[in-house]
Order: sequence, then C-alpha cells, then structure tokens
Amino acid sequence: MKFINYLEKISGVDIYALSSFAIFFLFFLGVLVWLFKADKNKINEISRIPLDNQD
Amino acid sequence: MQVEKFYYDNKIVKAFGYATVIFAVVGMLAGLWAAIQIYAPSTSLNLAATTFGRIRPLHTNAIIFAFVGNCIFTGVYYSLQRLCKTRMYSDTLSWIHFWGWQLIIAAAAITLLMGYTTGKEYAELEWPIDIAITLVWVVFGINMFGTILKRREKHLYVAIWFYIATWVTVAMLHIVNSLAIPVTFMKSYTWYAGVQDALVQWWYGHNAVAFFLTTPILGLMYYFLPKAANRPVYSYRLSIIHFWSLIFIYIWAGPHHLLYTALPDWAQSLGTVFSIMLIFPSWGGMLNGLFTLRGVWDKVREEPVLKFMVVAITCYGMATLEGPLLSLKNISAIAHYTDWIVAHVHVGGLGWNGFMAFAMLYYLVPKMWGTQLYSKKLANNHFWLGTIGIILYAVPLYWAGFSQSLMWKTFTPEGQLKFQFLETVTNIIPMYVSRSVGGGLYLVGAIIMVYNLAKTIKSGSFIANEAAEAAPLHKEVKAHGPRHWHTWIERRPMAMLVVSLIVVAIGGILEMMPTFLVKSNVPTIASVKPYTPLELQGRDIYVREGCYTCHSQMIRPFRDEVARYGEYSKAGEFVYDHPFQWGSKRTGPDLARLGGKYPDSWHFNHMFDPTSMSPGSVMPAYPWLLDNNLDTASTRKKITVMQKLGVPYPAGFEHKANEDLMQQANSIAESLKKDKIETPAHKEIVALIAYLQRIGKDIKLSETASN
Repeated sequence: MKFINYLEKISGVDIYALSSFAIFFLFFLGVLVWLFKADKNKINEISRIPLDNQD
Repeated sequence: MQVEKFYYDNKIVKAFGYATVIFAVVGMLAGLWAAIQIYAPSTSLNLAATTFGRIRPLHTNAIIFAFVGNCIFTGVYYSLQRLCKTRMYSDTLSWIHFWGWQLIIAAAAITLLMGYTTGKEYAELEWPIDIAITLVWVVFGINMFGTILKRREKHLYVAIWFYIATWVTVAMLHIVNSLAIPVTFMKSYTWYAGVQDALVQWWYGHNAVAFFLTTPILGLMYYFLPKAANRPVYSYRLSIIHFWSLIFIYIWAGPHHLLYTALPDWAQSLGTVFSIMLIFPSWGGMLNGLFTLRGVWDKVREEPVLKFMVVAITCYGMATLEGPLLSLKNISAIAHYTDWIVAHVHVGGLGWNGFMAFAMLYYLVPKMWGTQLYSKKLANNHFWLGTIGIILYAVPLYWAGFSQSLMWKTFTPEGQLKFQFLETVTNIIPMYVSRSVGGGLYLVGAIIMVYNLAKTIKSGSFIANEAAEAAPLHKEVKAHGPRHWHTWIERRPMAMLVVSLIVVAIGGILEMMPTFLVKSNVPTIASVKPYTPLELQGRDIYVREGCYTCHSQMIRPFRDEVARYGEYSKAGEFVYDHPFQWGSKRTGPDLARLGGKYPDSWHFNHMFDPTSMSPGSVMPAYPWLLDNNLDTASTRKKITVMQKLGVPYPAGFEHKANEDLMQQANSIAESLKKDKIETPAHKEIVALIAYLQRIGKDIKLSETASN
C-alpha cells in the first residue's frame, strides 16, 4: 500500500520531477517573451470583450 | 455574415443567486453561534449535534461550499454565457448541477451535525458525499466546456481562464485528498497517514483557498468590475502573467500550514519560499483590479457595487500580503494555533469573498429584473456595517492571537512558565466577545441586503431569457497582423485545460512524491505501535466530536512548548494515524503528550463537566459520552480496513479485536471504580479515555530510534 514500494522500483524517478519543473519554467519564460512582442491593438480588443455586449 | 439570435438563460443564474443568499445567512449564523459558544459554552445547549466541534465544520462547509460555491456558479453561469456569446451548452445539465449541489449541501448539513466526519478540515464530508461532489463537478465541467466549445467569440477572455483553472484544479484536489477506504456507509479512513496525510491535507486545504476562494472570484472580478465601472481591465498583459504565475506558485504553498511541525524541513522551506513568491501574482491581480478604476473614482463614491468591490480587492491584497508573511517561520512561530490565523482567514473571507459576492448580487439582481436597486441608501448602510464588522472582527483577534502567543512563551525569572494555559484563554475573552459583535454586524448588513434585494425583485419583472445576437465563429481564422503566442492557446480551450492541469499538478507531485518515495523522510520509531481496538474506537469518537477544532496534537520544538507539553512531536509517531489530527488551533491546550498525564477519573469528570476539573474552562460538556454505548459491531471492520492501509495488526487479529477491546475496557472501568466512579465498561467514555491515555505515550526520550 505504501507508495514507496512502487516508486522506488522506477530507476531514476527524479527525472520526472526535474523535467516537469523545467517544462514549466521554460513555458513561463516563453509566455513572458511573447507577451512583450504582442500586438497592442489585439490586446485592447480582447480586454474590451465584456464591455462590447449589449447586456 | 449572418447574425444568429439566441437567449441567455437567466433562470439558472436566479436559482444559484437565491441559493447564494440563503446560504450566506445560514453560514454566517452558524459562524456567529460558534463564535458565541467559545465564551459562552452553555449555548451549545449541551446537545451533541450543536457543540462547537460540529458547528464549526458546519460553518466552514456552509460558507465555503454553500455560500461561495453557489456564488461562483451564479457568476460563472451569468458571465460565461455573455463572454462566449452563447446560451449554456445544456439547460438540463444546468439544473442537474443546481439541484445536485443543493442536495450535497443538505446532505452535508445533516451528516456533519450527526458527527459523520473524516476529521480533515474543509474535507470533512464522508465518502458517499465526496462521490456526489465529483459527479456534480463533472456535470458542471461538461456544461462549462460545452458552452466554451459552442461559443461565438473566438477569444477566451481572462475570466474564462480562471474558471477553467478552477474547474481542473478543484477536481484534482478533491479526488486526491478524498482518497479513502470505506468502513461503513458513513465512515472511512483516509488512505494517507500521519505526516503524509498532513501534507496532502494542507496541499488540498491551501489550494481550496486558492482555487475555490480565489481564482474563481478573480474570474468574477475580471468580468463584473469592468461591467460595473464601464472600463476595460487596466492591463490585459498583467492578467496573463499573473494568471499563470498564480496557478503555478499557489500549489506549492500548502506546507506553510505545517511550519515547525514534524513535516520534513525541505518541504517546510519550499512552502515558505513559494508563499513569499506568491505575493507578486496576487498583488498583480489586486493592482489590476484597483487600477481599472483609474479615472472613475468619482463613480465609486456613488455606486455601492463599486464600493464593495474596492474594499473586497483591498482585503484581498491585505490577506495576500499577510498570508505570505505568516509563512515566514519566525512569524509562524508566533501566529500558528492562535486567533491571528482566524483573523487572517476572515479578512479574506468576509472582505474578499463576502464583499465580492455582495457586489455581484447588487449588480445582477437589478439587471436580471430589469429595474433599479430598491435602495442605494440601504446598500450603503450594508457597506458600512460590513466594513466596520470586518474591523471589529479582525483587530481584536489580532490582539488576542499575538498576546496569547506571547503569554504562552513567557517564563518567570526562575525559568518557569508564567501562565497556565487557561489564564491565556481567560485573558482574551473580551476579544472573543468583540469578534462576535463584528460578525453580528456583518450578518445584520447581509440581512439588510436580503431585504433590499427582495424589494428590488418585487419592483421589477424577471427576464428569464435575455435576447441576444451575434455572428457565429468562422471556421477559418485569418491572421490580422502579428498574433501573439497567447492567442493560440486562448482559442483552444481544451489545450488551456490540459496545460493548466499539468501546471498545477507539477507543484503537487514535486512536493508530495518525495515523501512517499524516500524512506528517510518519515523516520520510523521502533516503540511506536498501532492503536489497540479500544483506542481506535476512542480515536474515532475524538474525530466525530471534532476535538481537533480546539485542540492541537503537535508540539513544536520550542522551549516553551516542550516545557508546557513535553517532548516535541516526531514524524514517526504518527505513522498509524488515519487521519492525522495535528489540529490548527489551540482554543484548548495541545494534547500530543496527554497520555498518562491525568488519571482515568480526571478524564471522566472532565468530559462530563470540564469546569469540574478546570474552573473557568470554556470547553463544552460531553455528557452523552457517558450514556452512549460503544458501537463494538464496527470493530472488526475497522481493524480490517486499517490492515488494508498497511497498519501492522497481526493476521487474524480482527477476529480477536472485540475480545481485546472488552479486556481493556474492563480494566479502565476497574480503575474508575477505585476512584469511586461507577460506569459500565461498554460506554463511549471508556473508549475515549483509552485513546486519550495513549496519545504520545509511545516514545520516551531515551528510546527514540530510527530504522
């Protein structure tokens, strides 16, 4: 029942932890880079979505 | 381009809105009652169902799941349709969701008062209700994603990302933390034990705050604030950045509930570091909200909706600065187990959640009934009562928490503890009274709101189906100039779902897996043995009565705690505790080394009438324990399940368990007899005494060994 019995059988299991962290970190850096290259008008348009309705 | 005509469903919003208002009042009443019970324990009416240990979880569940839950659904069902320019995917699913959720709430109210509880905070509901929650949540998800997929607006506005992240993460949190093996229809033992259970529980608990009390409400803020102020959000870029960083970082913060406990040090440090980092995305949200009002602050003066939102967002900012600061170990050392934490919770709960809910209701009701709010003056009165209520609630509790903690830590010049525990409680009774006045004012404000909304509804005419029109989405999307990376994912809600799930799962896996993987994280102690059958039954009574809501079982490695309670708690002591019962609050003293401190008769008298052993005690009385017969029919099943969970009872022991139990019960009855107390051995009080006498006895300073 204890998780350790299953997990310790996977050799080098810490690679999953490291790679998931790396994936997120690089993803986040990517988001930041693209954000600052984005088209200003598009962004303004999107921020007005709730206001453009007739309701 | 043909424009399509369709109708927004307001009926479902109305239903969730009514539920929000009803459970706001119910949840606040439960909270007020609990608050009064602390300084007037006789108001528990001496009934099992209405003692603090059961009313407190009723209050927390009612506020979180019934009040805020219904508030979320009200806001999501209203805003999602309009942001997607389509009606909800399925009216049938909408109503299954609504009635399913209300039935869950009813089941919660009944079962919690009857004492059916897992003993895990904000996850007290037993396994059949957990399954129901999962099913209803799936229905909600299908309805929500179906709506997003049939939208006529190709871009997912920021509020929708928050809704998606909420749905995904709550599903993950609920399923993982609720894993348990049933014993009977209304009793289960959690899959995890001790330290691991603590970590999973607070990974869940803190992220219940994050993804049930924060992200969906941020989503609502991003819709209702621009609508109420008639201005777009201050910085869309900022909302993207703070969304991703918030949902990633928040997951790691859970261990800040476990600082200076037996949780491994590396996990505690991760919790602290990530909690500090969390200030930035949280304040990103706060600033985005407040700066949206640039140029319309004069409107804030006129509109109660905006006033409530400004205070709500400010309280959000305050709580999300205070929280990270409380996550610093040196501050946690003072604040943990005190009323400072309760104050912090309620700045967020009353300020952020309550006021955002009120703002949304004041906005929605006139809109959906095609009329004006009945009385702006009453709404302003509500605003002031609520705001003063929050201050009268929080400030006395800050004082109480801080001063109680300092009193606990005070030594005389000779090196003795200066104050008895009870003195530190008596000292803060005036603050408890003031707190309940604050809460009472807040409740009065809410009742004024109910009146105001009722009059508004009466003066208007409900628009059940709101007409709208919009062009359908093109299948092919032509590129308009440079598109940024994020538009790609905004147009792919399923991808957004999957990526959000991966992002939030990373934190959980990284923190929890190592404790399951590395043996040395939870050192085993040779002398720690499983509970006897009688002690196990007694422990279940402890859980049932909610003793953990006032008593901790975790001695921190501080000089004053070791002096007051005994040797500090080690991780290995809790390996058989399904669930862990470390507790969050010391309204009463810590019990981690209670075993053997007092004679059996002391416990008997104390449970019957606490003031007989501790004059001036605010603990409620538990006379029914002396009358109720112990349910020995469940013993065999309980032992079997514990064996399944890996607790090393010998094979076949489940058949001898009741024999063992009666033997131990008889010997306790004998010892009580010696102190002139006559009781049959098969009463619940005997089992509870057995458990209380066992807590913390297994280790003695010289015998601690690790494998």
